[in-house]
Amino acid sequence: MSRMTMREAISKALWEEMERDERVFIQGEEVGVWGGTYAVTKGFLDHFGEKRVRDTPIAEAAIIGSAIGAAMTGLRPVAELMTINFAFVAMDHIVNEAAKLHYMFGGQFKLPLVIRATSGGGRQLAATHSQTPDAIFAHFPGLHVVSPGTPADAKGLLKSAIRSDDPVLFIENATLYQTRGEVPDDPDYLEPLGKSKVQREGDDVTIIAYSKMVQAALEAAEMLSEDGIEAEIVDLRSLRPLDMDPIIESFKRTNRAVVVEEGWRSYGVGSEVSSRIYELAFDYVDAPVKRVAQAEVPLPYNANLEQLALPQTEDIYHAAKEVIYG
Amino acid sequence: MEKNEYLNLYKEMVIIRRLEERAAELYQQGKIGGFLHLYIGQEAVCTGIGSVRQPQDRIITAYRDHGWAISSGIDPKIVMAELLGKVDGCSKGKGGSMHMADTEKNFWGGHAIVGAHIPIASGLALGDVYQGNDDAITICMFGDGATNIGFFHEGLNLSKVWNLPVLWVCENNQYGMGTAVERASAVSEIRQKAEGYGMPNERIEGMDLMKVRKEVSRVLETMRKEGGPYLLEIMTYRYRGHSMGDPERYREKEEVKKWQDEDPIGIFRKFLIEEEIATKAELDEQDDEAEAIVEEAVEFAESSPEPENDSLFEDIYVEPTPIEYRGYEMAHESEEA
Repeated sequence: MSRMTMREAISKALWEEMERDERVFIQGEEVGVWGGTYAVTKGFLDHFGEKRVRDTPIAEAAIIGSAIGAAMTGLRPVAELMTINFAFVAMDHIVNEAAKLHYMFGGQFKLPLVIRATSGGGRQLAATHSQTPDAIFAHFPGLHVVSPGTPADAKGLLKSAIRSDDPVLFIENATLYQTRGEVPDDPDYLEPLGKSKVQREGDDVTIIAYSKMVQAALEAAEMLSEDGIEAEIVDLRSLRPLDMDPIIESFKRTNRAVVVEEGWRSYGVGSEVSSRIYELAFDYVDAPVKRVAQAEVPLPYNANLEQLALPQTEDIYHAAKEVIYG
Repeated sequence: MEKNEYLNLYKEMVIIRRLEERAAELYQQGKIGGFLHLYIGQEAVCTGIGSVRQPQDRIITAYRDHGWAISSGIDPKIVMAELLGKVDGCSKGKGGSMHMADTEKNFWGGHAIVGAHIPIASGLALGDVYQGNDDAITICMFGDGATNIGFFHEGLNLSKVWNLPVLWVCENNQYGMGTAVERASAVSEIRQKAEGYGMPNERIEGMDLMKVRKEVSRVLETMRKEGGPYLLEIMTYRYRGHSMGDPERYREKEEVKKWQDEDPIGIFRKFLIEEEIATKAELDEQDDEAEAIVEEAVEFAESSPEPENDSLFEDIYVEPTPIEYRGYEMAHESEEA
């Protein structure tokens, strides 16, 4: 185990997989000479060279489209979108091509492709650069949508994503890059795709979260603990396929749940998870499932207004109290 | 070229023509669903390119793909089975008319979103360069209409910036659905668009098979020597509507008639007779054989089984994931569990 930041964990996963497998390469805007706009691929160009560290034009359809084509020939591209907000410019290639080509051609094409993208608000980038539209991508069968909440998971999940023969959208919350945690050193340390994970045990309330909201939920759990309430935190890690097992197992003990996401509530992750809780464990429901999410506004530039819109640790704390005490 | 090679080229074009005609009938009978875009009139392009490309050259095209499937070597039976949505189709009945492919024949589809396959083609060529397949060229077809969408420009630009061996082929049949080139494109010669990317380009005639073969062979040879992308605009014409649901209000019957005088099959037939390569009787025999092959394909496709219901959940991912059925079934399953 080594203590490192999320940025280092992601960087290490990429580095190790590129060392392990010649077929893995990275491409995207400023991944090479610049070293990555979030410094995740710093030093990669010098070590791996231009063939495997490919700066692209600012042309997202070309970045994702060409990565799809290269994956079809047996390579394992990791294509980086500077932010997930730019994924809309490549939407067709993500949802119409990457998610469908394997199925639509009767299994002939394999797409061992990873698309990395940063998501999330809180950095005063205003409405177009601050979104958390993860749920949109989780709508499409054929795509894996993964978003880690801890450095260890970031490493283990990214390595699994690169080794997977299926297309994976790997969403990193930019404000988590400095978050530190213990990360296994084993170069073959893998975390499975499509599996939720209990990040904290407790018997009083189940808090379901992913990505940055896992960290917020862990903080809220400490506040709740001081009140004598022990929260169990289930980290989704993958939005698609969605693994409900640990959630239902937990809910059957706690009978109360809060679902937390950074994105908007309408048609979101909380809608899906809470609905499934009702479908799968209706007889265990002691209180309506609460959803904590972003206010339904385009995120504003002003720092105070932005924080007012984003879900906060206190929101999770209060929501948990409400599902317990009504 | 041997005599039988000429005859095979002729037969291939007739097979494509007859298969499309039969497909139109089967569509009208309700046996083929969805959209159906016929290739009739453009046969010299796919047969010409298909017959001069090397096995290592990848073929990728848009949704008007039946001719390309056949010229890439897919058995007409398999093409017809896919049209009928049967399990023996090249995409197991899941792709239909617009999504044919056979990776073993180096035919990479069959793509239905206009222009979206263009950046993918750049990626196929990148795959070859990366893996040291130095002699391979990706040949990517698209219509004139696709050159007005952003994908085209992103894909072409990338191929030039990265010096990727892609032969970009615009099959200019002069209408993007019902909109004439002049009404949709800022320049009337599509090849001019390659100029903006510093890419060698040419416009050639596409109704004469021998000319297509000659010009494309020359271009491929140049590309193999010099590397990098190249754009060919091939002038052609489709005799049928854009798809089966086309009211054809955008062109006069006389215009279609004029182009039918330039029928690629007729031109090649005349050439073979005039050059005394084949007799009329020999070509009639080829016509009969083509007809029989297409009839056999229809019979094969009609008797091919429907895909099993369980196949609904196959190939969503390479690595199987839990099956999620419609909502009420999911709840039902959980009760049982």
